Amino acid sequence: MRQFLLFASIIFVGLLFISRLFYLQIYTSSGHDLYEDNAIRKVYEYPKRGFVYDRNGELLVSNQPSYDVMVIPREVEPLDTIEFCSLLKIDKENFLKTYKRARNYSPRLPSVFVSHLSKEDYAVLQEKMRKFKGFYIQKRSLRDYQTTIGANVLGYIAEVNQREIKNDGYYLSGDIIGKQGIEKSYENELRGIKGVKFIQKDRFNRDIGPYKNGEKDTIPIPGKDVTITIDAELQEYGEFLMKNKVGGIVAIEPQSGEILSLISAPSYNPNLLVGRKRSGNYTKLNKDSIHLPLIDKGLLRMHEPGSPFKTLIALTALQEGAIDEQTSIRCSGAYHYGGSRPMGCHCGGGTRVLNNGISKSCNSYFANAFRKTIDKYNNATEGMNVWSSHIKSFGLGEYLGYDLSIGKKGNIPDGSYYDKWYPDFRWGSTTIISNSIGQGEVLVTPIQLANVMATIANRGHYFTPHIIKKIENDTIPSKYTNKHETSIDKHHFEPIIEGLHDVYGPNGTAWFLNASGIEICGKTGTAENFTKIDGERKQLTDHSIFVAFAPKDNPQIALAILVENGYYGARFAGRIATLMIEKYINRKITRKDLENWILTYTLEHEYIKPFLGEPFEINAKSGMMTVEQYDRILAEREQ
Amino acid sequence: MNTGRTKYFNFDWITIILFLLLVGFGWLNIISASHTGETLNYLDFNQSYGKQLIFIFLTFGLVVVLLAIDTKFYERFSSVIYIISMLSLVGLFIFGKNVNGATSWYAIGGMTLQPSEFAKAATALAVAKHISDLNTNINSLKDQIKTFIIIIIPALLVLLQNDTGSTIVYGAFFFVLYREGLPKYYLTIGISMIVLAILALKFGAIVTSFIASILIFTYYFFNRKKVSLFQSVFILLLSIALSFGVKFFYQSILQPHQQDRISLWLRLEKDPAKLEQMKRTFAYNLNESEKAISSGGFTGRGFMEGTRTTGKFVPEQHTDYIFSTVGEEWGFLGCTFVVVVFVLLLLRILHLAELQKSQFSRVYGYGVASIIFIHFFINIGMVMGLIPTIGIPLPMFSYGGSGLWAFTILIFIFIKLDSNRINEW
Repeated sequence: MRQFLLFASIIFVGLLFISRLFYLQIYTSSGHDLYEDNAIRKVYEYPKRGFVYDRNGELLVSNQPSYDVMVIPREVEPLDTIEFCSLLKIDKENFLKTYKRARNYSPRLPSVFVSHLSKEDYAVLQEKMRKFKGFYIQKRSLRDYQTTIGANVLGYIAEVNQREIKNDGYYLSGDIIGKQGIEKSYENELRGIKGVKFIQKDRFNRDIGPYKNGEKDTIPIPGKDVTITIDAELQEYGEFLMKNKVGGIVAIEPQSGEILSLISAPSYNPNLLVGRKRSGNYTKLNKDSIHLPLIDKGLLRMHEPGSPFKTLIALTALQEGAIDEQTSIRCSGAYHYGGSRPMGCHCGGGTRVLNNGISKSCNSYFANAFRKTIDKYNNATEGMNVWSSHIKSFGLGEYLGYDLSIGKKGNIPDGSYYDKWYPDFRWGSTTIISNSIGQGEVLVTPIQLANVMATIANRGHYFTPHIIKKIENDTIPSKYTNKHETSIDKHHFEPIIEGLHDVYGPNGTAWFLNASGIEICGKTGTAENFTKIDGERKQLTDHSIFVAFAPKDNPQIALAILVENGYYGARFAGRIATLMIEKYINRKITRKDLENWILTYTLEHEYIKPFLGEPFEINAKSGMMTVEQYDRILAEREQ
Repeated sequence: MNTGRTKYFNFDWITIILFLLLVGFGWLNIISASHTGETLNYLDFNQSYGKQLIFIFLTFGLVVVLLAIDTKFYERFSSVIYIISMLSLVGLFIFGKNVNGATSWYAIGGMTLQPSEFAKAATALAVAKHISDLNTNINSLKDQIKTFIIIIIPALLVLLQNDTGSTIVYGAFFFVLYREGLPKYYLTIGISMIVLAILALKFGAIVTSFIASILIFTYYFFNRKKVSLFQSVFILLLSIALSFGVKFFYQSILQPHQQDRISLWLRLEKDPAKLEQMKRTFAYNLNESEKAISSGGFTGRGFMEGTRTTGKFVPEQHTDYIFSTVGEEWGFLGCTFVVVVFVLLLLRILHLAELQKSQFSRVYGYGVASIIFIHFFINIGMVMGLIPTIGIPLPMFSYGGSGLWAFTILIFIFIKLDSNRINEW
């Protein structure tokens, strides 16, 4: 037996080693991932980011080089700080502080010492750089905006944050990613694919040479250029008209769903958010709580649609057979439906049929149509569900699905919505009659409203609005070329369009907004709105809303305009609509009077009201103010 | 008996082939672990792999000499060889060169020699000679002590030169003595002491004493006829003394770096911050070595393709940590191959030893197997983190002329002895 001790020990140790090897090399092995291997340094080469062009081929966004002075603290040798500071245009205190911060971060890894040198400073510094050991200049690429418009559409790029790094393995700390607008929506196309070089390190973190002679290295693939649907000229004109106003304009080409312009007012120059002054400018814009320039009003402002919604009330009523073109009612200036108070009407009173109901925007007519639609069904819940599904087929009450990353759903109530409000089912069409005139519980965003107009212009279908027109060597996503049909039959649209056309007729609400040579169809709207001042709900001047499309036959543009606190629809929004349509279709403005009017008057006095802490009047009592007058008041106030 | 062996070439070719496999594969791994990105020139003697190639060539000359010498020479001159070897160890105190804290080298011209490597073979010869002496009875305490002295002299000398690793190797002779009839209680006491020591370090002396007393009394109650109460109490007291003694030994006698290695091995340190600091300091080698082995995966990254090997992440990778190169570049398959070759070599030597008709050859063969086994166990065990860090080379594999020649001498003397076993009677 004594022979067996060593024999058994050898066998035991052999098996023990093989199990340990199994544990180390198979069970817990991390495998061959070069990216995980800390013996390999990965050096990335960044490709050119794709350019952005407008629909007419005008270059909007390109790149510019930017130069950062980098430091590797460990390699710094004593230097002439006075000369260095004067070259960098910093003071000595700043120099020491930055140096200390870099050292604390890591003595052997590079840190940014001074970012975004101007081209002139770079030229001077480059000559002298070799005198300063441990410092070097790193070239980066920044966006270069060839335009001052469309900041909300173009968006911006910035360094990735931790969450983005975690979600997408492509990004590394310090990489650039699109944060807003098309930069975000088409990040994958614009960014290209960075190249990587693998370099063998030793344990002192020194480079030894290329790993496997560079056979695993990749070269960067440049980003694709994209063309967007925006018409830069129209966008610029819209932003120009929206000066001194807050609001949004969304213009869509009905036959394609392409967004011709997406204006958020007030706008800002996209170049403000590039380079050295970026963070200061961003803070300034972010702090403007009166105008909220960073909020895209065209996509994010939810409001009551007001009278433009009447077109949908009419279409659902026609589809459901609740009314026909000849159905008439007598409007006495109010609609009595058994509530405690009748619903008022500004149409002037008289006999109303579908056509003049629309052109005169008669509340009574649509209250009646809505009531008949709902009451056709056995109970209000069922009626409301049918109504709701018709309305939603226009893309309301849900995210539209356009290719910009921000948006609001709006609200289109259905039966169960009110069942929850009135738990014992004690509600009916009259309880919710405000919806018939675009008030009550319905909420929309300007882009949804513009899409409704495009749908009507198309006589019953729409294409999901989108901002992308062309991607270099690629096709645009198919969801933007698929037709969405509404649940309303095609022939019901014609009488509505006739009504919308008559809005510009002698008896219509926009009689004074005609543009010669263009057959415009439109609809005015006003939306009540409220704010909270010291916790108290306070009504402000109504929003001015206007929707339109033109020309009546073969429409080329459909738009929705929201001018916050602009009072009635024809006043601000209506004038702007006519001008935008002229600009797009004729490329010149014949209604100079409208343009002058728009540029003369300001709404700043309305926006500042809630912040002044004084009592104020609204709507008709509020009065108009010219830009000049307002400037004078501002000047006086500053004294 | 005709085994197919001719008179002059009746060497055991299986052992020789296994030996050559290890030397050859070892050299490939030394290339990987020591080349520094220059174009490979195998005859560049400024590089470790170039030097090792010379050592290997010289080894073949050495083999011829070893096999040419008459079998009787080894037995007859074993005492002389032993004494010369011990003198060479003593001489280190006067002429020795200090490398990495151990004074175990002679510098001759541009070369260095490590006599402690050769001392193992000399001791194996001396032990074989002593035990096979007809007057020696291993069961007598007197002869046991004599044998121990033969072993302890070189062990102590290398310990004094601060080469703890080589000292531990002399523990290998326990297998030899046990095979030759050393009483069983040595084994029992030896294993009990190791277990007690580990328990005492891991769980403290009090817990260990408590466990020991339960075990000893349980044993006493079931075997009352065999052991007396007095014996049991005596053993218990010894165990308690040992439990407390180990703590004292650990804290007061061991050097700080040895304490750290044991603390790391037994996971005595719980503070994550300190553990992290360990990984950067004395546990750095082990940590990097485990990472290198682990990153090899199943098939390894391929010859000269290991990124951690190329980047020299594992210090001492061409010497003591050579197995981590196998791990990274040849993976689980390559490592298992090396382990299997070692196991086969050891079993082959063991098998041949048992076949020997002369006790001298058998004891010597056992000594060879035991010494190689201890190196194999400690080196690979250490590189994979199974046992505390102890610096000894992997036989035939690690870079170094002294080591390679010492193991060549160790093995080929046995091959020569074995070749003669038929003619002996």
